Amino acid sequence: MRLIQKIGEWFDLRLQLGESIRETAAHPVPRDTASWFYVFGSAALTCFMLQIVTGILLALIYVPSAGEAWNSLQTLNHGVSLGWFIRALHGWGSNFMVAIVLIHMVQVFLFGAYKFPRELTWIVGVFLLLVTLGMAFTGQVLRFDQDAYWGLGIGASIASRVPVIGPWAVNLMLGGPIIAGATLSRFFALHVFVIPGLLIGFVGVHLLMVLKLGINEWPMPGRIVRRATYMQEYHELTHKQGIPFVPQAVWKDIFFSGFILLAIAVCAVHFGPFGPSGQPDPTIIQTAPRPDFFFLWLYALLSFLPPSAETPILLIGPVIGIIVLLALPFVAGEGEKSWRRRPIAVLTILLVAVGLGTLTHLAEHTPWSPVMDAWSSQPIPPEFLHGRTALERHGALVFQAKQCHNCHSLDGKGGQRGPELDGVALSLTEDQLIRQVIQGGGNMPAYGKNLSPAETTALVAFLETLHPANQKPARNASQMALGANEASPR
Amino acid sequence: MSTENGISRRAALMKLGLLLNGIVGIFLAVPIVRYLLSPVTREKKTGYESWLSLGGLEQFPAGQTRLATYKNPVVNAWDGETGDIACWVRNVDGQKFQVFAINCAHLGCPVRWFAQSNLFMCPCHGGAYYQDGSRASGPPERGLFQYGYKIEDGKLLIKAGEMPTPGQPVAKKAAERTTCA
Repeated sequence: MRLIQKIGEWFDLRLQLGESIRETAAHPVPRDTASWFYVFGSAALTCFMLQIVTGILLALIYVPSAGEAWNSLQTLNHGVSLGWFIRALHGWGSNFMVAIVLIHMVQVFLFGAYKFPRELTWIVGVFLLLVTLGMAFTGQVLRFDQDAYWGLGIGASIASRVPVIGPWAVNLMLGGPIIAGATLSRFFALHVFVIPGLLIGFVGVHLLMVLKLGINEWPMPGRIVRRATYMQEYHELTHKQGIPFVPQAVWKDIFFSGFILLAIAVCAVHFGPFGPSGQPDPTIIQTAPRPDFFFLWLYALLSFLPPSAETPILLIGPVIGIIVLLALPFVAGEGEKSWRRRPIAVLTILLVAVGLGTLTHLAEHTPWSPVMDAWSSQPIPPEFLHGRTALERHGALVFQAKQCHNCHSLDGKGGQRGPELDGVALSLTEDQLIRQVIQGGGNMPAYGKNLSPAETTALVAFLETLHPANQKPARNASQMALGANEASPR
Repeated sequence: MSTENGISRRAALMKLGLLLNGIVGIFLAVPIVRYLLSPVTREKKTGYESWLSLGGLEQFPAGQTRLATYKNPVVNAWDGETGDIACWVRNVDGQKFQVFAINCAHLGCPVRWFAQSNLFMCPCHGGAYYQDGSRASGPPERGLFQYGYKIEDGKLLIKAGEMPTPGQPVAKKAAERTTCA
């Protein structure tokens, strides 16, 4: 024991760090901040350190070459002992890191911690969020599979829409004319050198400010932040009633970080690593690329934006979002901190959470995409064919053969791109059905050139049968007048 | 030597040193920027596109649309499979052809051809195109990208080499051509 102490003293005499470390560790914090709400920042840092360690371990095997990356991932998964576990830790660590950074941000926002004098801490935090998302996206590219390949295509298509410099931006992003070796190499450089460098720098500044300015006190309703008096008030909270950070507050951080590491490890063992999916071979087109979880909301949004508004929203939206986040501490640098007195702040968080949650949920089901194999793999349920005429059954055949089923569902089976057709005869008359099939419209392609008159007649005859047995199909007023006596469903 | 003189001399030397570093910095920055911009400058100088053969015409029967693949003209040894690019070839009437890029005009996902309904459909965000490449429905703002083509010695040649994206001037011109036709 004495030997260890002697060695410690030997080093401290030369390093001269012991005193400042002890001071930093024992710096007083407001009593209320020893709370389970104050553990997310340190947990995010723990995740980041796990990512550094597992990232270096992966780099021992991974080959950042377009021709070999996918094979090296397979080797990691199957050829290197516990390679799959390191990949799983890195993948789940990434998801946990993004999630915890977001939770940390919400907590900081709701607790008013971005207000004076911590404006710059918040701004650096916004950059930390951006570089964390940058790490998540570039990491997804390094998992060089079909999703990564086509995901890069989506990125390039978005970049190309920037006015004037768009095409050059694409070449710069891809490192050439197509998604290829140069693309993977530059994303490797970004993921392994550039962005982590920024991340370490920002984390350093962020932490330094947290230490110098002190952790945000627990927001009490009615305790108003004013530039003139805040420093004095905070000094009283820390130095008169405060507690030393180590050990009185830090034990919760330590416990939570340990819990998060355990959760990542459990997920890694239980769910395993992410992919890789199919080989990044652009001639294999039987694929439906999807982004990773934290970009799913964007994937959904891109399906719902009207074509004309898409480019401006894609290019201007993120800029506005970032400006709003950066401007927040300047607009609301003073005033009430407690979320109990800030209904708009709470509402904003709820709105954003519900919005992103809904979009993510939708992206997991992709109702806007045609079900590419519905026409050949999902037969029309028998009840829609029972007791039908030959013409109507022929129409059902046309319905399958012309891939109507890819976009329209019957009895819940098939695509959801267009409306379900279970009761279509109730809302459209025969003439309207013919017009819709031939001319399309309302986001449906026109089938006039692809259907013979006989096929159209049969198809519409089938569609006319799609109504509940106890409800009559829609009829034209003229038909009603002419055939009032014989009006009965076919 | 007075102290005053000494200080001003050292201050001057420091400034001179900073100036020297600034000049060397600019000297280094120019090649670094040029190195970084090489994918852009290369494109402007020689262009990425060239004429490539998709194979004999007999592979593309009249009235049908078939998948074809080619090797990108600009490739590196380590590009692997990413150098192989697919495209859709439509033989309109035995004389006229249309060669569509595999990339959806919305965000670049691979479109699939459905010969039964004569439609191209995209698996990503639900874009659909008619057999002539014009937009049918969904989020795309325009029709499919088309490569220029020519026929030589019974072979179909296309001018390709760059991933088509909505912002490209070439792509925009092609879109105008499609709408005119």
